[in-house]
Amino acid sequence: MPVKTLTGNKAVAYAARLARVKVVSAYPITPQTTIVETLASMIEHGEMDAKMIRVESEHSALAAALGAASAGVRAFTATSSHGLLYMHEVVWWTAGARVPLVMAIVTRAIGPPWNIHVDHQDIWDQRDSGWLISIAESNQEVFDLTVQAFRISEDERVYLPMMVGLDGFILSHTVAPVDMPEQHEIDEWLPERKQPYVITPETQYVMGNLATDEDYYMMRYSIQAAMEAAKDVIKEVDKSFGENFGRSYGGLVERYRVEDAKYHVIVAGSWAGDAKEAVNILRDEGYPVGLLRVRFFRPWPTEDIVDVVGSSKGVITFDRSVSFGARGHLFMETISSLGPLAGKLSVRGVIAGLGGVDVPAEEFAMVIREFIDEVEREGQVYDPAYWHLPSQYRDMYPSRVEEVVR
Amino acid sequence: MYVEIIFHGRGGQGAVTAANVLAGAAVREGKWSQAFPHFGAERRGAPVRAYARISDEPISRHSQIYAADIAVVLDDKLFELVDIVSTVKKDGVIIVNTAEQKIDLDKGKRNLYCVDAVSIAKELGLIVAGWPVVNTAMLGAFSALTGIVSLESIVEEIKANWPGKTGEANAEAARRAYKLVSKCGV
Amino acid sequence: MGVSEPKTLFVAPLSKPDAGSVGKTGTWRHEKPVIDEEKCVKCLLCWLYCPEDTILRREDDMVYVDYDYCKGCGICAQVCPVDAIKMVPER
Repeated sequence: MPVKTLTGNKAVAYAARLARVKVVSAYPITPQTTIVETLASMIEHGEMDAKMIRVESEHSALAAALGAASAGVRAFTATSSHGLLYMHEVVWWTAGARVPLVMAIVTRAIGPPWNIHVDHQDIWDQRDSGWLISIAESNQEVFDLTVQAFRISEDERVYLPMMVGLDGFILSHTVAPVDMPEQHEIDEWLPERKQPYVITPETQYVMGNLATDEDYYMMRYSIQAAMEAAKDVIKEVDKSFGENFGRSYGGLVERYRVEDAKYHVIVAGSWAGDAKEAVNILRDEGYPVGLLRVRFFRPWPTEDIVDVVGSSKGVITFDRSVSFGARGHLFMETISSLGPLAGKLSVRGVIAGLGGVDVPAEEFAMVIREFIDEVEREGQVYDPAYWHLPSQYRDMYPSRVEEVVR
Repeated sequence: MYVEIIFHGRGGQGAVTAANVLAGAAVREGKWSQAFPHFGAERRGAPVRAYARISDEPISRHSQIYAADIAVVLDDKLFELVDIVSTVKKDGVIIVNTAEQKIDLDKGKRNLYCVDAVSIAKELGLIVAGWPVVNTAMLGAFSALTGIVSLESIVEEIKANWPGKTGEANAEAARRAYKLVSKCGV
Repeated sequence: MGVSEPKTLFVAPLSKPDAGSVGKTGTWRHEKPVIDEEKCVKCLLCWLYCPEDTILRREDDMVYVDYDYCKGCGICAQVCPVDAIKMVPER
């Protein structure tokens, strides 16, 4: 198949078709709807050999997909924001069941107030559930990750479900070129589905029965072991995909201009592209700055963070989400990975872009430049929650909420 | 080469589709491109905008476009509703669909070009839901003025999007506007 | 589709319905249902309502109790429309 210009949502749908998904369960929500709409159209027109199950809620959408996957086929669904929150209970059931499954999450803000734009609050809210959680920067990566997700999730070392995150509108509704392999190429690369068990009238398994506290504990321990094993699997799959299709992203993280960098930007999702442009702008100005793009939030890339950032002079994280009463999510994870090393470097946790507030490359550059200049001037900076407010509010409120309270 | 393009239109006029077709045509020529609507509540008749980026290199930027190299304006009355001139660089180009050739649209001294896409659409019977289809004609004018994407690629992309008679009529609209677009303003 | 053994430490929340997975639950009983075959009209309500599947059914639709697993809850006696089941103390 030649390069096509596709929205991120269409790229997801094509990837699910090429992975030979057999059951799609669907409940609409903006900005996800066009994924399942496209799949429904493919099935209706006989371009995809699958069953479409229309359900009454997202809770049921994932329950139906889990049922189908338990019975032995590739199942797929997609959701966003409030849909994902409504689904949250079954998110845990699916991971606990250890059934391989792939779901696309079109990232979107959570209300109130009503807001349909990009934000990472919904996807990071799933972080403790036992799902592998990935997030793409471009439509091409959305496609590649969706195909890879089946292979990672179905690996015998993993057997955990996987979310593929793509930013609402910024990727989901933006057309960009996507290079899609032919069906036979995907068939050769993507193995037949594997799973730890199937539930059919013949096998008569019951999933989720009452267990002893001790067995329950060991199941949790086993999920954590699978997460740890998944780190290698993700890297292997990324490498193998690159050998076959010419695109590798670097595993759990992408490293951008980090070789001789003294300062590091940590960021995830589509706006990492704008942040990369900011790095280019700052490099031209002589700032020794590089960027680490988090592709997998779970398993969290602890080793990569330590490797790249461990000897950094300063790290600046950009979060499009916040854990109220604490910090931005990437910031918290980064600091916890660094452990004692965190005390040796300067840090700033920036919270920006909530609810889709646009942050162009020049604005990223401004915030990063200010941080580096401040570290060079002050020696060390510890600034865990810096609110980069929308421009029209910037003169009215301070960037640290502590100052509002006092 | 890296250019940013903004389309100003009214909801239902096909500004988003025009951006998408332009992005597709650029990819046909081996270029990198991106097209996206200004994400909001689109309502028929209300001012809307869509964006496109075209480059020889992969495109990393995902933010909105604030100062475009080229603006394509699907309806000249939008100048009264939207500060279009402020969305284009000082040395940028504005291409307007208008029947008037002498009115003063050139408030910001930008390079202004006009084409009567409404007449082209009417001649070709391109009317959808009571409105003349002007977006495909404007892409022909865009090609003529900028040369960033060839008329052939735009025609191919139009035909790939709308097979049959509809595609042919839209392709013809692009061809006619390609010839008819001219410098205007006072 | 294929079932394949996990390659890491793997504990899954799986079980199979199986008689007596927690031992002979009949020992938990302190009253047992006794069926009066003379009175029984073979309506099968007790067979249908038994939550433990311990009312068994013969070919002629006469019912009997699996005392190995009957916990003595008494639902069968409650639902019997002709009073054909009596709950009798175990000792």
